[in-house]
Amino acid sequence: MKTTILPAIYLTLVMTLLTGLLYPLAMTGIAQLVFPKHANGSLVAVDGRVVGSEFIGQDFRSNKYFWSRPSAILYDPIPSGASDFGPTSDTLKSLVEDRKANFIRLNHLPSHTAVPAEMIYASGSGLDPDISPEAAELQIDRVAKARGFNAEERQKLIDLVESHIESPELGLLGEPRVNVLLLNLAVDAMNVSRK
Amino acid sequence: MKFRTLDVVQIGLYLVALVLLTPLVGGFMANVFSGEKHLMKPIFGKLENRVYKVCRIDPSGEMNWKEYTLALLAFNLVGFILVFIFQEMQRYLPINPRHLPAVSWDLAFNTAVSFVTNTNWQSYAGETTMSYFVQMLGLTVQNFLSAATGIVVVLPFIRGIVRKKTDAIGNFWVDVTRTTLYILVPLSVFLAMVLVGEGTVQTLSNYRNVQTLGGQEQVIPVGPAASQIAIKQLGSNGGGFFNMNSTHPFENPTPLTDFLEMLSILLIGSGLVYTYGKMIGSMRQAFVIWSVMMAMFIGMLSVSLYSEWKFHPAYVSTPTMEGKETRFGITNSVIWEVATTSASNGSVNAMHDSMTPLSGLVALVNMMTGEVIFGGVGAGLYGMFHFILLTVFIAGLMVGRTPEYLGKKIETYEVKMAVIGVVAPSAAILILTAIGSVTHAGLSAINNSGPHGFSEILYAFTSAAANNGSAFAGLNTNTVFYNLTQAAGMLIGRYAVIIPILAISGSLARKKSIPPSPGTFPTDTPLFGFLLVGVIIIISALTFFPALALGPVVEHFLMLAGKTF
Repeated sequence: MKTTILPAIYLTLVMTLLTGLLYPLAMTGIAQLVFPKHANGSLVAVDGRVVGSEFIGQDFRSNKYFWSRPSAILYDPIPSGASDFGPTSDTLKSLVEDRKANFIRLNHLPSHTAVPAEMIYASGSGLDPDISPEAAELQIDRVAKARGFNAEERQKLIDLVESHIESPELGLLGEPRVNVLLLNLAVDAMNVSRK
Repeated sequence: MKFRTLDVVQIGLYLVALVLLTPLVGGFMANVFSGEKHLMKPIFGKLENRVYKVCRIDPSGEMNWKEYTLALLAFNLVGFILVFIFQEMQRYLPINPRHLPAVSWDLAFNTAVSFVTNTNWQSYAGETTMSYFVQMLGLTVQNFLSAATGIVVVLPFIRGIVRKKTDAIGNFWVDVTRTTLYILVPLSVFLAMVLVGEGTVQTLSNYRNVQTLGGQEQVIPVGPAASQIAIKQLGSNGGGFFNMNSTHPFENPTPLTDFLEMLSILLIGSGLVYTYGKMIGSMRQAFVIWSVMMAMFIGMLSVSLYSEWKFHPAYVSTPTMEGKETRFGITNSVIWEVATTSASNGSVNAMHDSMTPLSGLVALVNMMTGEVIFGGVGAGLYGMFHFILLTVFIAGLMVGRTPEYLGKKIETYEVKMAVIGVVAPSAAILILTAIGSVTHAGLSAINNSGPHGFSEILYAFTSAAANNGSAFAGLNTNTVFYNLTQAAGMLIGRYAVIIPILAISGSLARKKSIPPSPGTFPTDTPLFGFLLVGVIIIISALTFFPALALGPVVEHFLMLAGKTF
């Protein structure tokens, strides 16, 4: 028995040291040296004030901003969460119908508009930073109006959305998407330069 | 939303990458296990010897199957105790910037069992429950060691086939040390670095409080995540650093990380089949097994893709994005779902609970086969050995030949053990689900009404007994009832499969090897492959069809009829 238990204890302790302390600390050290921005959460700052992370979505309610996806946790990351409603859930059905109607009404869209699926369904993390290019384009008029843009500025806004579309990575992986926080920051910057 | 060429390309890329990497990783692992020269030996060779010296292990000492099993159980028991104590002592331990208190006893028990059995079921939310200390020295460590435990169980079986008339089936300590140092650590270092480069966090600093653009307070959780996520994917562990696992943008920030994490899920499991072929000296044998796995994988993937793209709730006209992330879309969510439930990984990049019923069915069936479609690292292959022995036995009965496998006679003892290995986890799933479906403690945790609620309970116990760890996460399992019943399921699903296969390995090693005769039923032919698929499907279908009919099948038809609950 002793010949089994003792090596079990020793080996567990040695491996704890190697894979539980040395390995993560080494990774942290290298990460902090080589990729300090990413390793620390890809924080985004405006005039020296940190306003969030590029990868963590935020809740935008003002008409002056592009809106993020619905979130089961209202973009409060402590902790992350999803709705976990199944496809035959009554609650999900009424949520989806409300979101669709609201998106059309608040963006002054024609009633038959096909609202992109990600704008009527909540994400898995509750922190999805992205929406589809279509979802961003459907919000342009509302944002332009709320900011009192003239025709020329509206065109600039359209170009801005266009330039914020991220293509599938390496042209092959994932979906085309728009990072909502980065887009809204760019829109704010556009306003500032106007004044 | 339409299924586009881009979707086809992504599915193709995934399969091609898996095929190309399999011989590379598999060949490397064969060299490691047989003690031959390999790439990592010059780097970690000295460390390996130092480990033996410190632990007072004689690397040349061989064990019989009982000693090997006892060593494995002792090693896992010590690991369990350590993870449990770390959680209970959390507030007195360092690297706890959030000053998190002790984890409740039942949750700590569940989590310790979960990580030691390679299940990595999570009844907790990482960012609000576990300190960095526990995540690193408790959970990350078991990510490595439970994966290594699974992988090494394959080796006695191989030795049992190759060796003749001996009790010796290897040295557990040596197998575990080599697997960890030479295979798991190097791959994890590589993956962790790519993950950080793309945006996964890796720091020991505290969470960051910010005021958002919209004027709200937001706390941004960080931590030593990349190092844990790398091994979580590679070791078929699946327990996330954050609550929402690989849907979380800090755990899986870009489509590239998604692709690599997804590839890592099946990489070692697929590679091990190649390793097996190389070590028993017959690539044809391995190729038949690998083809069976690949064929079943593609079949399952097709059904799930079809369901997610084609069917949707009657009240909308688009495929559902509930629980899915914009950057991954539908196709990548489905590939991941099928991969993670084929392997006993259990990480998720989309919520399975919100997928269409037939996709949920695919996830359930993948787990119910005992996860032999590539499967958990090691676990998939040794689970498959049980099915292979049953198939050899059944084929032998059909044609009236004495069953043999690779020159070893398959007799009553081996078949009995194989039956235990297949039946025990299935029985655990059905019995525990039955208990969950009729007791208040079981029913009060469900999040969806109607057949979907039943699916949630069935999924939870299937996931536990299959050591998967993914969830229909609507079920609130952080209760004493679920924490304990789940833990029971995990223990049965792990050790009632491992112990029989080790017993078989010991028995095979003792037998002499008989050369193939005209009476031998060949196991390296497509015919055997078909028989094997048949046996797997028949056994799991017969066992689980009634339960599946009550859950996802009936829900599918109700959904199409526009019924909601």
